[in-house]
Amino acid sequence: MKILVCMKQVPQKDAPLKLNEGGTWIREDISYEVNEPDAYALEEALRQREKHGGEVVVITSGPPRAQQVLREALAKGADRAIHLEGDGFVTLDAFNTAKAFAAAIKDESFDLIFTGLQSDDYGFAQTGVILAELLGWPHATIIMQIEKSDSGIRVKRELEAGFFQFVDMPLPALLTIQSGINKLRYATLIGIKQAKNKPLKKVSFDEVKLALGENLQRIEKLYIPQKTKKTEVLQGPPGEIAKKLVDKLRNELRVI
Amino acid sequence: MADTILVVVEQREGKLNRVSWETITGAQAIAAETGWTLEAAVVGSSVGDIAKEIAATKVSKVYDLESAKLEPYTPDGFVAALKPFIEQKQPKLVLMPHTYQVRDFAPKLAAALNRTLISDAVGYKYEGGNLRFTRQMFQGKFAADVSFVGDPPYFATFQNGAFRGDQVAHGDAAAPVETVNLDVADGVVRNKPEAPFKEAKQAVDLTQAAIIVAVGRGIKEQKNIELAQQLAEVLGGEIAASRPICDSGWLPMDRQVGSSGQTVAPKLYLALGISGAIQHVVGMKGARTIIAVNKDAEAPIFEIADVAVVGNLFDIVPPLIEEVKKTKGA
Ligand SMILES: Cc1cc2nc3c(=O)[nH]c(=O)nc-3n(C[C@@H](O)[C@H](O)[C@H](O)COP(=O)(O)OP(=O)(O)OC[C@H]3O[C@@H](n4cnc5c(N)ncnc54)[C@H](O)[C@@H]3O)c2cc1C
Ligand SMILES: Cc1cc2nc3c(=O)[nH]c(=O)nc-3n(C[C@H](O)[C@H](O)[C@H](O)COP(=O)(O)OP(=O)(O)OC[C@H]3O[C@@H](n4cnc5c(N)ncnc54)[C@H](O)[C@@H]3O)c2cc1C
Repeated sequence: MKILVCMKQVPQKDAPLKLNEGGTWIREDISYEVNEPDAYALEEALRQREKHGGEVVVITSGPPRAQQVLREALAKGADRAIHLEGDGFVTLDAFNTAKAFAAAIKDESFDLIFTGLQSDDYGFAQTGVILAELLGWPHATIIMQIEKSDSGIRVKRELEAGFFQFVDMPLPALLTIQSGINKLRYATLIGIKQAKNKPLKKVSFDEVKLALGENLQRIEKLYIPQKTKKTEVLQGPPGEIAKKLVDKLRNELRVI
Repeated sequence: MADTILVVVEQREGKLNRVSWETITGAQAIAAETGWTLEAAVVGSSVGDIAKEIAATKVSKVYDLESAKLEPYTPDGFVAALKPFIEQKQPKLVLMPHTYQVRDFAPKLAAALNRTLISDAVGYKYEGGNLRFTRQMFQGKFAADVSFVGDPPYFATFQNGAFRGDQVAHGDAAAPVETVNLDVADGVVRNKPEAPFKEAKQAVDLTQAAIIVAVGRGIKEQKNIELAQQLAEVLGGEIAASRPICDSGWLPMDRQVGSSGQTVAPKLYLALGISGAIQHVVGMKGARTIIAVNKDAEAPIFEIADVAVVGNLFDIVPPLIEEVKKTKGA
């Protein structure tokens, strides 16, 4: 099976995010990491390849720093990488991002494309589903298990409130992967060494520009959300906080 | 032609998803401000009863889009049904709840129509004739105002809890229901879904717990779970967790609280090192009192907490365990 995995670089979870001076975006002087569900998507692709053979290709779109995500994926075992590199890609909406991916892979023939179910930063939860539509492929979202079947694949979708559902679907297909579908592996030293010699293709904005349209949505303003609930803040040394909390639990909430 | 808002309500296996009332409430508010006409649609097979249920609310009209091929739900089927309908009706705005089902088909629907979808909005603003939607970014740390570019129809989905479903306005008389029988061609639906199921029965029922001590990724390592466990024990409560803790296998899945776990409503929910992502919050915001311990003063969990402790949980939990022991022993 030939599998493409879309991997996005996002701000690190614990990174202290600050608005820039214009209040239009966040300050960029922070650390980045791979979008969590995308890491699970890569792991799943590697496992499928180990079972059925084939190739795992990783793709990202973003500035030069996003290459780190591809390097890590190659070190974990991906065969090759594609980087849609340039600032032009950064501000594309999900529709245009999907269009850029579709254009960049038009000469390839994948059996499966995996994306994360949503990004940890903007979380539009759309790029994968739109890409499937652009390619004319069937898709399934929030996937927790994938098996090959006679007619294609059989996947387990997560539904709300603890429900699941099996879906049979033909190939090629696009799946959006949920965190927790598998256990992640770490890159090995050998893997990191080998990654240096694996192919990493760069695609410039100009090469896919013609496939893109105008952004259909505009992020006008970013700001810190207003608090609606009245929250009591407890401060002080830990021992004092503990006392205050226990007093509350006993005398106000009456739970102990 | 007058501008219209079309709400597509959600039904699953022939039952209305209650979250649809929230979307209608939101749509009614937008309709009141903009003067646009509000209509609703339900998509499925033999869902006329749901159409009638919706017709009791203050909407101008309800469409019942019917085809045998729409049960069970598939993204192919729903897009095949809604795309020609929307092309013909040309609503200005199409609103839906941001559910698992909607996020499965709505981006495809919008893309098929060469339009865009502002997903997971928590509210809207209408100023100077310009409609914008507010959505959370960076896992709730920021909010953004997002607007549409280009021609309608515009698509938007609302997050669970964005509006009050119990505040939906009812009409003086039932709205007319129009049944539209759709022709979904053979071969259009490619996925073959099976019936939804639950994994083996859950061993713990967190919904009955009066006190819950919940841990998130702030607990850092599996061995530290023990600390939270001790606190839960002295308080006489249950231990629970955010999803990443269960994904890592540090606690079993049936301890997970949130949209893909259990929905709980204890007297006390003590959140340790949980950031407060919406998917977690929907599972515990019904708690009578929420106490959150987080080292990040900006953590979104503090927006719903009654009591906020800004600090390192490893400094605060040990003395807390001791204090509780002392008090209980006394
Ligand atoms: C300065 C700035 C301005 C912006 N302005 C706009 C704007 O005006 N309008 C707008 O809509 N957006 C804007 N964006 C955000 C935009 O770039 C989003 O990244 C894009 O809309 C994709 O949406 P998402 O991240 O929510 O992806 P989702 O749809 O949530 O992502 C789902 C999955 O798709 C894949 N994926 C998505 N993006 C990538 C990627 N870049 N590389 C690899 N895989 C990917 C991943 O597998 C991911 O898990 C702006 C961003 C910046 C930094
Ligand atoms: C479709 C879907 C379904 C989902 N379902 C669920 C669900 O059912 N339940 C769920 O929980 N999530 C769910 N999620 C995941 C959710 O989006 C979040 O990723 C998750 O809730 C984050 O978990 P967390 O708060 O433990 O981790 P993080 O977001 O990483 O937060 C960790 C927090 O710990 C704090 N911290 C770190 N160290 C310390 C310390 N020493 N002392 C105090 N505080 C500290 C940090 O400041 C941070 O706020 C779902 C996501 C999706 C897309």
